[in-house]
Amino acid sequence: MLKNITLGQYYPGNSPVHRMDPRMKIYLTIAYIVAVFLVKDLLGYALAFLFLLFMARIAQINLGFLMRGIKALRVIVAFTFIINLFFSAGDTPLVSWGVLRITREGLQNAVFFSLRLVFLVMGTSMLTLTTSPVVLTDGLERMMRPLARLHFPAHELAMMMTIALRFIPTLLEEADKIMKAQMARGADLESGNLLARARAMVPLLVPLFVGAFRRATELAMAMEARCYRGGAHRTRMKELGYTRLDFAALGIMAAFIALIVVQGAFVHVGL
Amino acid sequence: MSIVIENLTHTYMPGSPFQATAIHGVSLTIRDGEFIGLIGHTGSGKSTLIQHLNGLLRPSSGRVLIDGKDLFAKDTDKREARRKVGLVFQYPENQLFEETVAADIAFGPKNLGLSPEEVDARVRDACAQVRLDYDTFKDRSVFELSGGQMRRAAIAGVLAMQPQTLILDEPCAGLDPRGRDEILGLVRELHQTRGTTVVMVSHSMDDVAALVGRVIVMNRGQVAMDGTPREVFRQGEALRAMGLDVPEAARLAARLREKGFDVPQDAYLHGELLEAVKRIVGGAHA
Repeated sequence: MLKNITLGQYYPGNSPVHRMDPRMKIYLTIAYIVAVFLVKDLLGYALAFLFLLFMARIAQINLGFLMRGIKALRVIVAFTFIINLFFSAGDTPLVSWGVLRITREGLQNAVFFSLRLVFLVMGTSMLTLTTSPVVLTDGLERMMRPLARLHFPAHELAMMMTIALRFIPTLLEEADKIMKAQMARGADLESGNLLARARAMVPLLVPLFVGAFRRATELAMAMEARCYRGGAHRTRMKELGYTRLDFAALGIMAAFIALIVVQGAFVHVGL
Repeated sequence: MSIVIENLTHTYMPGSPFQATAIHGVSLTIRDGEFIGLIGHTGSGKSTLIQHLNGLLRPSSGRVLIDGKDLFAKDTDKREARRKVGLVFQYPENQLFEETVAADIAFGPKNLGLSPEEVDARVRDACAQVRLDYDTFKDRSVFELSGGQMRRAAIAGVLAMQPQTLILDEPCAGLDPRGRDEILGLVRELHQTRGTTVVMVSHSMDDVAALVGRVIVMNRGQVAMDGTPREVFRQGEALRAMGLDVPEAARLAARLREKGFDVPQDAYLHGELLEAVKRIVGGAHA
């Protein structure tokens, strides 16, 4: 019952996008975010949508999976829409009830800000859907390596992230098991007022914490038993390296950004 | 109390790339007072199956009837089923949370809404059943106990609900031989003296051989064999093909037969084998 979390969940596959270097994927995701902020009108969003469709096709990812990330954020998107709709400055009113006023500019802002959010989530989840968390942190660590000279603990940070990511599914599974075990003993986790529900969490949280600490100790011991002692002089089994695939992707992204910029400068289709 | 499982199928995470069908059209009837060993290789669907019996998992298709009542019908109170069918999970000590042993065992009966006196009586009774001396252990922290004691305290937590059917998922996993014998002994006693229906999940044939009256073997989400231990353990080849084995005694009996000794075809208990060996040795001396 706790397994339906998709935001940032890896979707295994072997597409060209899956095989790309994680650093390039991170850089291109940042480029994509910038591109989305350059979009100023509906035609631009249509182009961005086509681009996403195209990428999803190459990455062999079901469009439904991209959409699921948005479902998790639907409240925030709706909130953005409503705030912008009613509280944007503007002077061409469309409708008004008392103090509440919907202006042309407000509507425009509401539509564009919500679209922007949706596109940001869809595009960035492309990164996490095609990159396993371990590879992702590998890429981050490699990107942060220059900072090590400033005594920035890049390796330690990456290791902590890897461990945290590695244990999310384990802890979820454990939580699920404990929840079931307590329900089998008649625990009621769903009804009652806020206080009753908070109290009902105790039988779940105590064993979960005890288990997490136990695992942490065991893991630390297992790592030390294998002589782990931090970042210095560690070699890796898989060295990262850019291939033609990465440069092709870079080209595609550059073309997309150019298209957005040119379209923004010369053609305008708005509300 | 009877539990009838009809054509049960369970699929985890349907519609995702992680989709997996754990059990596949399983039909079974568990009658009152039975002692069943549910055996299967890791991933054969045993644990998924038992979680349907008290409504913790909802089947993708199929039904579970408890005393003729559909467990997953809209108007069925699942907590009623959870009172009747006690489920002891694998490594149950991981669910302990209260400050004291007595308080943890009391969690189940308290959830049933019993009076404090009744709760207390049940806690004492459950402690006696798992051989934890009530006065010694009641005020101890659950985290101070030894592994075997924690396991027994956790089992007591389920027994205190006084279920008519007790399901145990690998109750001996990770225990030393002594702890294992203690657990098996108390389960046997529970079945014999209180007539509790017991379903014991295990992948160890030796654990169940001497205890149960019926063995159900699961393989790849389906019931592969269902019968008395004698009927099941006779099929050594088929069991090995499923990654399982016959009990030690049956294995030894087969080896002896291969060497030409007159050992009964279907011996699987230590006692039986011992008799046969005594006979052979006696015959040779005579």
